Amino acid sequence: MRFWRDAMLVAGKDLRIERRSRVALAQILPFGGIVVVMFAFALDADRTSLPVAAPGLFWAAVFLAALLAIGRSFAVEEANTARDGLRLSGLDGAAIFIGKAVAIAVELFLLEVVLGAAVIVLYGVTVSGVLVLVCSAVAATIGLAATGTVYGVLATGLRARDTLVPLLVLPAVTPVMLGGSRAFAAALQGSSSDAWPWVQLLVAFSVLSLAAGTMAFGPLLEEA
Amino acid sequence: MLGRFPALAGADLEVRAGEIVLLAGANGAGKTTLLRLCAGLLPLRSGYAEVLGVDLAVDRRAMRRSLALVGHETFCYDDLTVHENIRFATRAAGRSTADADVALERLALGRVARVTHGRLSQGQRRRVSLAIALARDPRLLLLDEPHAGLDDQGRSVLDEVVRAAPSEGRTVLLASHELDVARQVATREIRIVAGRVRGVPAGSDGPASRAEVRV
Repeated sequence: MRFWRDAMLVAGKDLRIERRSRVALAQILPFGGIVVVMFAFALDADRTSLPVAAPGLFWAAVFLAALLAIGRSFAVEEANTARDGLRLSGLDGAAIFIGKAVAIAVELFLLEVVLGAAVIVLYGVTVSGVLVLVCSAVAATIGLAATGTVYGVLATGLRARDTLVPLLVLPAVTPVMLGGSRAFAAALQGSSSDAWPWVQLLVAFSVLSLAAGTMAFGPLLEEA
Repeated sequence: MLGRFPALAGADLEVRAGEIVLLAGANGAGKTTLLRLCAGLLPLRSGYAEVLGVDLAVDRRAMRRSLALVGHETFCYDDLTVHENIRFATRAAGRSTADADVALERLALGRVARVTHGRLSQGQRRRVSLAIALARDPRLLLLDEPHAGLDDQGRSVLDEVVRAAPSEGRTVLLASHELDVARQVATREIRIVAGRVRGVPAGSDGPASRAEVRV
């Protein structure tokens, strides 16, 4: 019980910081929106191929914005060497991992809702297979947040952190990109049965990411 | 380690429960390194170190809930208020939010309780850092240059906190350059010269209580 209380304490702290600083609202969200618009300009201004490419473009925009959210989550631990405070706090490393991953996931969910609405409007997408869309988004977001949290702490304290995180995270979350895009594409084409295997891939990836992060985060934080 | 050279070599000291030990020494002598080692923030490369009964070569996390470090940095979040920062650290240590309120009042921080940490002066940040340490009710209080940046009122509050430590069941290890001020509250002084302890290394002539720090 203490584990979950500690995890929620960390998640609440991170979300409070984001709400107070408004970085997510004023920078990360607009960045995601700009990426969606730029993709539209780059591919097709008259909307012929945009609905087909929409699932991949949506997840690419989410991934790019997620890199900012992950970087931000660990940047707040750098100021005043707050990460040493976390280490001294006595909080369990696994609880800190879950807490930070939950905070990033909540931010990403909100980001996905807004970007999803933008994609529907700008790309002319007709929504179908809502259950598949929601399930795959939840699983993908958990996997993305968990993986990003592990690599975020891995790069903590390094001078090359800002450039290293994208280099580490993007290859590692390739299964999320693949699974999310395919599941969304199948759902939007009305063939939900083709989407479920991809959802299963996303769930498996999320479970593995959570397990790996729970074990690795504490030792990585100690070495940061 | 500083590059290939050990920051502490041949350090040999023992601090007994209830002592207020002043660590004196020039810049780079190893005072901060010793405090960070005692807090478990640095790994022990060789030798032996025991803090609050925990062998640091085996585990440098087990004793963290029972100690607090006030260092050069505050370990606080700039976008959280003073009260939120203290409350977070207090709850993380498994203590109630009432402890956070008591520490806030004791350090006379009530006026800035709702101000974000990023807007505080250096002296106010020091006080917040000390309030967080006290709210955790530590057995071992590690203070690294605690007087730096404090005004007269802040120094007075700090000295009161340090003097009261033994009666509150605390042991204090205090590193400072301001020796005249620090000597007024310390019960024993140790000099560190180039990573080596000079003066009275072990508490053999001190109170016959348990050793809280043994390096």
